[in-house]
Amino acid sequence: MQGDVKRLSLILLFAPFALWIVLLIILPHLGMVYLSLREKVAPRVYEFGFGNYIDFIQEPIYWNTLLRTGSMSILVTVLALLIGFPIAYYIAKIAGRRSRGALFLLCLIPLWVSDLIRAFGWILLLRETGVISTSLQTMGLISEPVEFLYNDATVIVGLVYTVILFMIVPLVSTLDGMDDAMVEAGYNLGGSGPTVLRRIIIPYAMPGIVAGCIVVFMLTAGSYLTPILLGGKNSSWFTEQIYDQFITRFNWESGAAFGFLLLAFTSLVVWAGLRLTGQNLANTVAKN
Amino acid sequence: MAVSTHNKGFLLGYRLYVGAFFVFLAAPLIAAGTFAFNDSLFPALPWQGFTLDWFFNDTEPKLGMFHDRRLLRGLYYSGVIGVLVASLSVFVATCNAFLFVRGEFPAKNFFYILMILPLVIPGVILGISILVMASNIANGMEDNFSIEIEMLRPGLPLVVLGQFSFITTITSLVISARLKKFDSSMEEAALNLGATRARVLRTVTLPFLRPAIIAAWIVAFLVSFENFNTTLFLVGSEAPLTITMFDRMAKVGSTPVLNAVSFFLIIGSGLLALVSVLVQRDPPET
Repeated sequence: MQGDVKRLSLILLFAPFALWIVLLIILPHLGMVYLSLREKVAPRVYEFGFGNYIDFIQEPIYWNTLLRTGSMSILVTVLALLIGFPIAYYIAKIAGRRSRGALFLLCLIPLWVSDLIRAFGWILLLRETGVISTSLQTMGLISEPVEFLYNDATVIVGLVYTVILFMIVPLVSTLDGMDDAMVEAGYNLGGSGPTVLRRIIIPYAMPGIVAGCIVVFMLTAGSYLTPILLGGKNSSWFTEQIYDQFITRFNWESGAAFGFLLLAFTSLVVWAGLRLTGQNLANTVAKN
Repeated sequence: MAVSTHNKGFLLGYRLYVGAFFVFLAAPLIAAGTFAFNDSLFPALPWQGFTLDWFFNDTEPKLGMFHDRRLLRGLYYSGVIGVLVASLSVFVATCNAFLFVRGEFPAKNFFYILMILPLVIPGVILGISILVMASNIANGMEDNFSIEIEMLRPGLPLVVLGQFSFITTITSLVISARLKKFDSSMEEAALNLGATRARVLRTVTLPFLRPAIIAAWIVAFLVSFENFNTTLFLVGSEAPLTITMFDRMAKVGSTPVLNAVSFFLIIGSGLLALVSVLVQRDPPET
């Protein structure tokens, strides 16, 4: 009797989970892969084959865009880590008890402001008639308006800005759990600053670093608004290609193939990252 | 302090860096918000004086956000979608928390990874895969049985499902974390005192989870409200605010009414985020 009740409640609890994962995650992705393997041979006539993928390989614009998206995303991830780590360390370990909470809140609040508004803010600052260009002119540093938008550097700054808090927040939680005594012991044993950082702090923070990097990389590679709004027409971001195939050209088969390629590519990078650092998904991303 | 404090210069430099970072963090938000109060037709310098027209004025060309029909409709749809997504995802997340924290079943680790997975799938791909499946089913029904299922065409229900598909992972993690901290001897005590299981759940366990449930609901609402990537592919005629604003930005160009909306959203989401942090703080008695 007791066992039956337990089993029944387990099944009842499992049902929503199973419905969610099967209907909204597994089946749609299988459907996407299936669709990507259908070749259009004539209007409303399809054949099974790899034609959509062959098109991708044969058209340099497509795979160049994927490579560009991938390499820029890795660069953004590295920059976010380098810029964000000292901030997280400051919040978790150096700031006083009171200012720690306040600083962390300051980090959490912009996290929930839409990418659209943040990109809009950057546009107002950086465009030709924007705040920075106008201010520089008023100060007499430049004689003509300067356009800071629509170049790769701006896209990278904008992307780092959009994702950096997703790096800082997990790092703060991880570093918060580190005992200060570990660092002091490192110094007492004669370690210099860089040695303590390399041998004690970074290994301890590794789950947080990996979690931050995974989330930041995925968000960057999958971002749409920031590259388009700050990079303009020539941003060539891969999500833009997917949108183009799906909505503009109504070529769903090829769009599905692109979607699968992006998913495969990002999964590969995440898997390699987990392998190289000896972490797994459950103890990094799920920790927060 | 976990850094050698002997080096005053280093510490000063460090503090300046942290200060500069927070300026960097705030600058675009301040720019987006401040121009809402500039009495000009363009969100740009020079400053023409303070005005509230971009919020409350009811005539063109300075139509304020509270009189702009399309923006208000977007706000309304965003709110509806947010409430639906948050409620649905918190319900499933509470079940998931009990399932994974309390339940014992085969291949639990595998299922746990499956639960986290939606968090590492780009939002664009969730959008297109759900769009593809829904359209396949809808087309199949139409071709074979000539039944038109409006619900499976891009529109509000699909947007809700699309956002729900990954937000549930976030809410599940928040609620599971709280349930893990629960001391099960409290339940045992209640059972020993003669309470039924249902009553224990209602009077002991769920009240303990309440802060996490509220926080998860707010987080889900905020993530839903600001979502763009997944929504983009699933949206029909009921466009939420982010889509409306993006269209406006791309087609009409920016006017300060968008700054007014930005100001409103920055303050609104900031306050909600603050509430979600505060409810999760443990009250002194526990």
